[in-house]
Amino acid sequence: MSLQRFVIKRALITIPLLLGISLLTFGMVHAIPGDPIDFITLFTELDPETEMEIRAEYGLDQPVYIQYIDWVTSAATGDFGRSIITRDPVISEIMERLPYTLVMGIMAFGVTLATAIPTGVIAAYYRNTKIDQASRVFALLGIAIPNFLLGLLLLLVFASWLDLFPILPPTSQGIVSYDMLVYTLLPAITIGTGSTALLMRLMRSSMVEELDKDYVRTARAKGLPERTVVQKHVLRNSLISVVTVAAIQVAFIISGSVVVEIVFSYPGIGRLLVNRVGNRDFPVIQAIVLLIGVAVILANFVADVLYAYLDPRIRY
Amino acid sequence: MAMLEVEDLNVRFYTEDGVVKATNDLSYRVEAGERFGVVGESGAGKSVTSLALMRLIDEPGVIESGEIRFKGRNLLEMDEKEMRELRGNEIAMIFQDAETALNPSYTVGEQISEAIRYHLGLDEAAARERAIETLESVGIPSAAQRYSDYPHEFSGGMQQRVVIAIALSCDPDLIIADEPTTALDVTIEAQILELLEEIATEFDTAIQLITHDLGVVAEFCDRVMVMYAGHPVEMAPVEDVYYDPQHPYTVGLMSSIPRIGDDRDRLQTIPGRMPDLIEMPPGCNFHPRCPYAEESCTRVEPPLVDVETGEPADPINSDAQAAACLAHTGELSGELDYEVTVRGEDDPAVPGDAPSSAGVSDR
Ligand SMILES: Nc1ncnc2c1ncn2[C@@H]1O[C@H](COP(=O)(O)OP(=O)(O)OP(=O)(O)O)[C@@H](O)[C@H]1O
Ligand code: SF4
Ligand SMILES: [Mg+2]
Repeated sequence: MSLQRFVIKRALITIPLLLGISLLTFGMVHAIPGDPIDFITLFTELDPETEMEIRAEYGLDQPVYIQYIDWVTSAATGDFGRSIITRDPVISEIMERLPYTLVMGIMAFGVTLATAIPTGVIAAYYRNTKIDQASRVFALLGIAIPNFLLGLLLLLVFASWLDLFPILPPTSQGIVSYDMLVYTLLPAITIGTGSTALLMRLMRSSMVEELDKDYVRTARAKGLPERTVVQKHVLRNSLISVVTVAAIQVAFIISGSVVVEIVFSYPGIGRLLVNRVGNRDFPVIQAIVLLIGVAVILANFVADVLYAYLDPRIRY
Repeated sequence: MAMLEVEDLNVRFYTEDGVVKATNDLSYRVEAGERFGVVGESGAGKSVTSLALMRLIDEPGVIESGEIRFKGRNLLEMDEKEMRELRGNEIAMIFQDAETALNPSYTVGEQISEAIRYHLGLDEAAARERAIETLESVGIPSAAQRYSDYPHEFSGGMQQRVVIAIALSCDPDLIIADEPTTALDVTIEAQILELLEEIATEFDTAIQLITHDLGVVAEFCDRVMVMYAGHPVEMAPVEDVYYDPQHPYTVGLMSSIPRIGDDRDRLQTIPGRMPDLIEMPPGCNFHPRCPYAEESCTRVEPPLVDVETGEPADPINSDAQAAACLAHTGELSGELDYEVTVRGEDDPAVPGDAPSSAGVSDR
């Protein structure tokens, strides 16, 4: 099977996955105890007529499956209804904050890969030396420290003591500003540290395993320089097992962003989600949870394609 | 001067359990265009010897002393860059297990042409062309199409042909083939040996063939070195070893040559096991397993001597049959008492005229 056919086949599989995640999201929000109507009306007594009107507006008078179908079909066009709290369209509330979270997430993932892979390779190449041990200690710390604590520590050191960053994000300038991008480094590093630690050690063990394989000796016996042997032959095979776990890190980065956005008062969708959960703003909650689900499915799709690209045996 | 001269080579592995003496004062030579066989049981040091020639001994191994002269230059004194220019270019290697010797994630074509580009400085297209020619010369059908296939799309025998193509791609003067057929079944084994034979003749390439099968050596080689515990116990032109073995270990190896329809485990036929290379038995290393061993064998280490004269052998300059057994130094009171029966000349299952099957009866 060619890579192209593999990609198409794999893309088709995402359709039932997307349906499943939408069902789950919808079901989850509706399983939250309490009648949404109480949150819409802030627990005021209503005459039955007004209540019916409000129920009709939010579709709450329909049977659940109709509510679901309505929700999915409009969600597919980007219409998630209006927020119960602000009465603004959900989509515009999300679009306002999504760029912040996206930039932070991409930065976190980028920082993760850019540090985890080279350091993992170095740790593997100098395995069982001081360098390797240092990387092991860093990895243990990185995995053990909770995000909120690391975030606070970074703020304390870099913003408060060293004064390199402001304590609060310079939000007024928008996400595409130098100040904001620089500030975003702090939450991005906070989110990425755990994943970096994990991926670095995984890269190391995968690489150590590959370095022992016969094809490495074949490559050396061809007279290729050591750099080529490692960077061309060993690295590619080592990445195969790292790619899948790297994709799962996308999910961790997304879920990590919720806490980190609060620590850094960062204006992204994670903070929006937490704010609105308290208010049962279910149209917003549904939209954000669905978005997160879709992002994870997408990341897995990309991982599988990469996996197949790296390992020709997978396509069969 | 022979093309390859190995003199007093000592390779050591510094392991946690102790120092493994993988080769001990090993000396031999390979002439240009010659087919030189290295035989011995598992652990005899055959692979270590060939990796040492490429200077590819990995940690915790080191080449402790000795010289490896290739075309007169001592490889052990070259810097890494000079050594790389030899590897894959003038000295090439064929490995035992083709499936693992190939990188699963590059096409076979790329794995052949990368060496061509590197050593011969050809561009992408010219290297590709040469790689396809090489694939053709090792008998891969529709080579141009197969160029872009991945290793897993080939059968075991075809994979071994690809490995041979890699070795052959830069037209080396010496090919070291480390048990190139052990992983293959008998018919494929015969085809691969035939291919190596063709290559050796056509390109006038010297081949150092490593195997634990004396039968293969008999068909293929001009001269043979029988190794035990990291050093040669017998070295001679193949007919001499075959018709008139002079070391008890060689005799044992010969009776373990398989016959058609015989699927005993070949390596188990000499009772006992190779000694621990960390702490070798004193005297003759083979004495715990030798049916002729005497008290003196546990004390005196037999040198490799010319079996005719009893004088120390010169494996680098002489072709005379040499063996390392006290029977040839006059220090053994008994005799090596065995009879060699060679069968095969009229055996219909054996192709060609080389003796390919022999039995030794031990009286
Ligand atoms: N990396 C290593 N560390 C420690 N000892 C080693 C190492 N590589 C080889 N040896 C030792 O060197 C000796 C010779 O090994 P070698 O691989 O050369 O045997 P061989 O004759 O090729 O056997 P086989 O027929 O199994 O391939 C063995 O006793 C082995 O234990
Ligand atoms: S020296 Fe002794 S033990 Fe060694 S091979 Fe000869 S007879 Fe056997
Ligand atoms: Mg071996």
